[in-house]
Amino acid sequence: MPEHATLESLDSDRSYLIQALQLEQGTGGFISDEAIRRIAAHFSVPPVEVEGIVSFYAQFKRVKPGAYVIYLCDGTACHIKGATLVLGWVTEELGIAPGQTDAEGLFSLETVACLGCCSLAPVMSINGTAYGNLDRKSAIRILKRYRKEETADD
Amino acid sequence: MIKRIKVGTASCGVASGAREVLAFFKHRIGDIPVVEVGCIGHCYAEPLVEVETDSGVVRYANVKPEEGFLEKILNLEDFSRLNEDTPRHKRQEFRVTRLAGRIVPTSLEEYREHGGYAALSKALGMDPAAIVEEVKTSKLRGRGGAGFPTGLKWSFLAGKDSAEKFIICNADEGDPGAFMDRMLLESVPHQVLEGMLIGAIATGATSLFIYCRAEYPLALRNFGIAVEQMVGAGLNRLGGRTVEVRIKEGAGAFVCGEETAMIHSLEGQRGTPHFRPPYPTDVGFKGHPTAINNVETFANIPLVINEGGARYALLGTAGSTGTKLFALAGDLAYPGLVEVPMGITIGEIVFDIGGAEPGSVKAVQIGGPSGGCIPVEHFDVPVDYDSLRDLGAIMGSGGLIVIGANRCMVETARYFLDFTARESCGKCTFCRVGNTRMLEALTRITRGGGTEADVDLLEDLGPKVIAGSLCGLGQTAPNPVLSTLRFFKDEYLVHVVDRQCPALECSALVDVKLDTETCIECGVCVKKCPVGAVSTDYVIHNELCTRCNTCIELCPVDAIARVKRGEGDG
Repeated sequence: MPEHATLESLDSDRSYLIQALQLEQGTGGFISDEAIRRIAAHFSVPPVEVEGIVSFYAQFKRVKPGAYVIYLCDGTACHIKGATLVLGWVTEELGIAPGQTDAEGLFSLETVACLGCCSLAPVMSINGTAYGNLDRKSAIRILKRYRKEETADD
Repeated sequence: MIKRIKVGTASCGVASGAREVLAFFKHRIGDIPVVEVGCIGHCYAEPLVEVETDSGVVRYANVKPEEGFLEKILNLEDFSRLNEDTPRHKRQEFRVTRLAGRIVPTSLEEYREHGGYAALSKALGMDPAAIVEEVKTSKLRGRGGAGFPTGLKWSFLAGKDSAEKFIICNADEGDPGAFMDRMLLESVPHQVLEGMLIGAIATGATSLFIYCRAEYPLALRNFGIAVEQMVGAGLNRLGGRTVEVRIKEGAGAFVCGEETAMIHSLEGQRGTPHFRPPYPTDVGFKGHPTAINNVETFANIPLVINEGGARYALLGTAGSTGTKLFALAGDLAYPGLVEVPMGITIGEIVFDIGGAEPGSVKAVQIGGPSGGCIPVEHFDVPVDYDSLRDLGAIMGSGGLIVIGANRCMVETARYFLDFTARESCGKCTFCRVGNTRMLEALTRITRGGGTEADVDLLEDLGPKVIAGSLCGLGQTAPNPVLSTLRFFKDEYLVHVVDRQCPALECSALVDVKLDTETCIECGVCVKKCPVGAVSTDYVIHNELCTRCNTCIELCPVDAIARVKRGEGDG
């Protein structure tokens, strides 16, 4: 998955519209105005229809995310194991609230309902890698490590 | 003699470091095959490694990618072994999960070697009506939560005369705290697929869909591979016809787990539900008859066909047969995935299997945001669809969260309603506005500004939201609130009358105190407090403190703690 690599290769049947958006989101990390027009044309629907789909589903973003996307899990198990506190520490460390990207474009922070590794609660994932059993120390150490790697790359 | 080594690399294992273990083992062991398998449910013991020998298997828990560890494993030493001589293991019934974590998930050959696709062959030789009858006899009920009889649903679809008919496997496992579907798709994708194909034979469905949430990349990957292998082997040729299998990724909307919303989403629309009737088995995907079943339901189907409905129905209670998977998490020793016979009590799951300390548990939350809390006094309730409903909870899809004595029930209710209020699609006024008003009242209560009128509002509005909502989301959203009000109303009243949180969880209703007797004056709290609320004479100034818990976490001697409001340092 996904079985098709480009928008052009997708069937223009409406049932492939969400897949087209996922393709776009997967490549660029967000859905631009230009992408909305392009996808609308492919499926022969008005751009506002596509915008309506984009705004309905949480997966689709309209702004460019940071290099590292943090999903902080606030599922039930994480919540009762202190996800709210973890959120406070991460917010303080990065200076951004959920839904925001920092000024350098390095980190984006989002809370999600469940990452499905409840036995490791509290959990966050960064670009798909999950980190479990977080406490203040480990959460901040992980963020610092990413920041350091990034500056080392420059 | 070691035949091969299996490393569990399902999501829980990977998050615990199984990838590193796998890479290290592969690098270090040349002559013994090291393979990736799924999950056996013991999440607390990850990373897990299973060593297959001539004389059986040995399992190792909490494996580290280290030379010393590897050496002990290769010598089959009695070291860090997974203890299977415990109720955690013995009280379970491994039926649906019999092969999970034991075979390579993406190997069709291995699945077949272990009896896979035998049920499909058997079904191909049966009259479709006889398959439906067999499923009816098994009394299998929908594992997605609502418990609708699967055989009955299939008979509706089978009875439709239509050129196109669809079956959808619902893998949009959006309930926070639930991971049964993820585990099955990651560990035994072929088994789910086999169930779907048998469904196609029984109902005459022409196309099969799976709608899986995008947050499960490994489940999507493994299922995708399984589909390719299955098609490659020609197993989708059912008699004289070929069925296609399409994989659809969800896009992050909880409401799409509701069947009419899911169909809209598959059609490329916004995932809003619509009024039933018409039911999907009459008017479904693109107007064609469609049946939607849950992943776990499909994973049960090969069992039903292999052993026959009557035999299947022997396990469980009169109204609920077979087993149920539960995702155990929260305040207990052995979280993970368990498969238990229907009719087992909540207490047996929590204490015997989960290893929770008696006395430390206040309640379980079952069924996630649609379910309710069951207090410890009712832990003798048997797990079946009907008795749970009588208690104001539901079977749900299988999320089971143990709530310890130090957790606040009002905050738990607020948490769930916050989730459903955000996930409401906004179509029905009661769900859109009513849940928002209830959430506001709960937020006031947990933040210290609530009154008894807020509690009355919750009791009044909850049943109205249930009555005034179209789909399962709105019809169940107030359940966590109403069930905590039913069993823990005293906690609500302490919040609004005394302005205290008995569990010391609601930050606005607690103080923080430093015990000078225990304190070693190391200075960490003074230095690390983000708002300068700890003065150099080791007093916590509660008027400045934001209750972020930083000092509590960092204090090396546990001298700082949350206390009742008014009992802080000042």
